[in-house]
Amino acid sequence: MSGRIFFAAAGMGAKVRAPALVAKDGFSARYDLDRIAGVFSRPQHKLAGESYVGRVLVLDAAKGGVATAWMLYEMKSRGVVPAALVLNAVNPIMAQGAALADFTMISGFDTDITQAVPNGALVEVDPTAARPFIRIV
Amino acid sequence: MRGGAFGPAVQWAIDHQVRVGRYLGAEDFVPVTQAHIMADTESLGPAGVEWLEAWARLPAGQRRVRIPTITDPRGTDFAAAHRLKQQPWMLDLERRAIAAFEALGVLMTDTCINYQTIMPPVRGEHVAYGDTGVVIYSNSVCGARSNFEGGPSALGAGLTGRTPRYGFHLDERRRATLLIQTAATPRDLNDWGALGGIIGRLAGDYWQVPALVGIDRVPGSDEMKHFGAALASYGSVALFHMIGVTPEAQRMEDVIPPGSLRTYDIGADDIRAFQAAYATEIDTVDLVVFSAPQLSLVEMRALADALDGRHATVPLLAVTSPQVKPDADRLGLTARIEAAGGTVLAGMCFYQSYAREMAEANGWKRLATNSAKLTNIIGGYGYKPVLMSMQACVDAACAGGRIGA
Repeated sequence: MSGRIFFAAAGMGAKVRAPALVAKDGFSARYDLDRIAGVFSRPQHKLAGESYVGRVLVLDAAKGGVATAWMLYEMKSRGVVPAALVLNAVNPIMAQGAALADFTMISGFDTDITQAVPNGALVEVDPTAARPFIRIV
Repeated sequence: MRGGAFGPAVQWAIDHQVRVGRYLGAEDFVPVTQAHIMADTESLGPAGVEWLEAWARLPAGQRRVRIPTITDPRGTDFAAAHRLKQQPWMLDLERRAIAAFEALGVLMTDTCINYQTIMPPVRGEHVAYGDTGVVIYSNSVCGARSNFEGGPSALGAGLTGRTPRYGFHLDERRRATLLIQTAATPRDLNDWGALGGIIGRLAGDYWQVPALVGIDRVPGSDEMKHFGAALASYGSVALFHMIGVTPEAQRMEDVIPPGSLRTYDIGADDIRAFQAAYATEIDTVDLVVFSAPQLSLVEMRALADALDGRHATVPLLAVTSPQVKPDADRLGLTARIEAAGGTVLAGMCFYQSYAREMAEANGWKRLATNSAKLTNIIGGYGYKPVLMSMQACVDAACAGGRIGA
């Protein structure tokens, strides 16, 4: 598994390396997170109770409303923030939020990325490459 | 603009839009006629408010929006904040954000039902709206063209008068991608929301466009509002078509591409099961909330009628827009709701108003509502929601919170 690389359709932000937190579930900062405690808080979410701080979140699709566009910036200002987001499908809000916060995000794969990356694996995310990618270190 | 000739706010805005547009495959910009900004301070936080204030300190000629730019609900109703046990720091942050927006030339409409109360967009009009419920209604029911524009991007559109041309500004993105066949036309607003929630879960992501067949009558504006808001909330969906009803889908062939679409059947049992899933293990609620979206004047009257001659013995909050509230006052609806023990709030939305802190301050946990959208959101703030009809919610509120009493 080590060294496997998965290319994304688009990327934004800086290169990061951190452990992956993986689930076949969606992402919305307002719907899913306790942003003060830094954990997933929606009981139905597959990562409920898990800390997202400093992790590369590998999830299926952006969900929910528009608040994430502000919330990534606010979360980053306090340092209670994921290291990066890696999504099968993104919505405009995620791109807008990542742009405001200079946050690392890549999205759009030719495989289901939540099935390809093991939970807990150390990964490298490089949105600055000619073809943005996530690599299992 | 990119060179800074219009000042640093416009320069930031256009650079932001270029980054977003590149990420999402836009080739150019499209002029927009209106912008709508979601920016409650629970989302902004102190960092976001400071960011706004930095732009607000610019000279007047460098900071003003250039198209009509309005706002989504705020994080409080100042007249009732003490009744919600909101803290002074929340109100201070709200005041600072409002002052900054006013300095930017933004109209503080504080509503998520601008399509019912301010200026509905017309078919083909390109706009930059925030609030998912506003976008899906405007795209689907009005035939306007908007993507989900989060607060920063909506402000950017206000400053530049344009937005990147991707997604639902493009004809090719507005074709249906899944077909929903239903033999069960919903009756109450919670049923419409449940249907929207089911389809949202099936749709999966932002780029999906459901087309519905089988609805046996033309839904009213409030029904479309609750259906769309739930569809957008559960699925992040920004556009639906209702064949024979919505303006771009008078005939199947108007929106159904050649070939087969993934197709789902939804019946009355599915709508009942969706709502029943939220009612497990709860027989009593701590409060009843009508919000998300804000109530129209017609909903306010329905609530006043349901409460006549009764008295709520647990908190009952009815949240409407600053545009509806004066009419509700003038027509006696506010007085009737409050005489029955309810609280009418304006210009805020329950989940955008420090819902977690309100729960802790008031001892609220179990919540009844007729809004599927609120049901979907509020669990993340620590609540246990139940989705029921307005009548069932009122019955619970008047029975000490007991459901089905």
